Amino acid sequence: MLNKISLVITGLVFFGLFALTNSINAEEARPMQENVVIEQQVQRLSEELRCLVCQNQTLADSSAPLAEDLRKEVREMATKGMSDKAIIDYLVTRYGDFVRYRPPLNLATALLWIGPFVLLIASAVGFVSMLRRGRKLSAEAPLSQDEARKVAELLKKES
Amino acid sequence: MKRFLLPLAIFLVVVGFLFKGLNLDPREVPSPLVGKPAPQFSLPQLGDAQKTFSPRDMLGQVWLFNVWASWCVACREEHPILVALSKQNIVPVYGMDYKDTREDAEQWLSQGGNPYLVTAVDADGRVGIDYGVYGVPETYVIDKAGVIAYKQIGPITEDALRDKILPLVKRLQAQ
Repeated sequence: MLNKISLVITGLVFFGLFALTNSINAEEARPMQENVVIEQQVQRLSEELRCLVCQNQTLADSSAPLAEDLRKEVREMATKGMSDKAIIDYLVTRYGDFVRYRPPLNLATALLWIGPFVLLIASAVGFVSMLRRGRKLSAEAPLSQDEARKVAELLKKES
Repeated sequence: MKRFLLPLAIFLVVVGFLFKGLNLDPREVPSPLVGKPAPQFSLPQLGDAQKTFSPRDMLGQVWLFNVWASWCVACREEHPILVALSKQNIVPVYGMDYKDTREDAEQWLSQGGNPYLVTAVDADGRVGIDYGVYGVPETYVIDKAGVIAYKQIGPITEDALRDKILPLVKRLQAQ
């Protein structure tokens, strides 16, 4: 009997804790719904922009203080109704193209963009020419008289 | 013999790139602000919040603008170099205290010495964003026309000061 009561009490305590954390979560999530369009824009941009402190993360992924500041800045610009392009340009004039997670195609980044394709084509050409050479070697090496005689002898032995 | 030439050439090219890479710092992001006018601002001064500091006050002079913070570990490394530089009276050094509290900043300056003629207080890091600050310390060399001539990312070392910053300052001052 006593056991049952303590079980119920424990259950109630856990339920209470669960409800409490749930309500805390709900509290934090609320601003998302106030302006869905702006939040979506901020989210979209944070995934396009690089955190300059931890360079392999986007602004959306990073919890560095600068990333927080920049997210705040982006949100304020979005609230002012600035377009994606205007906001990205604002940050590029301050931090350079590096702040964009997807580098733009220009003279400095041309090698980055076309390099893999050049490598792919070069290795494909190399591979094909290697295959061709191999085939040529096997096709163009007729047996010498000596070799032909040996083959004939071996075949004779077999039968 | 000839069949080894191509792999050897590729190997040497790769080695060349890797060797170059050894001397590059991936954390160093080239600033698009070099060659552009220093962004304007007006910030309260450390020590006297009633007074403000603005880069406009500095037109006609070559000056160093050092972004620092009391919580910044690398700043500790460059601080003695800045203090020594300020005593030589070659170039005025102005500071910006980035995302810091006044108490901490003042305590830091009273302990390590104050190389700055004036320190502007950028408590929320807004001006830092305008200057493309992404890690303190960062130092800008600004010319007489208010244009950023050079940006040092990370602490100023003796080498950087002697080989890059001071020659540049002398050249700009002669202009």
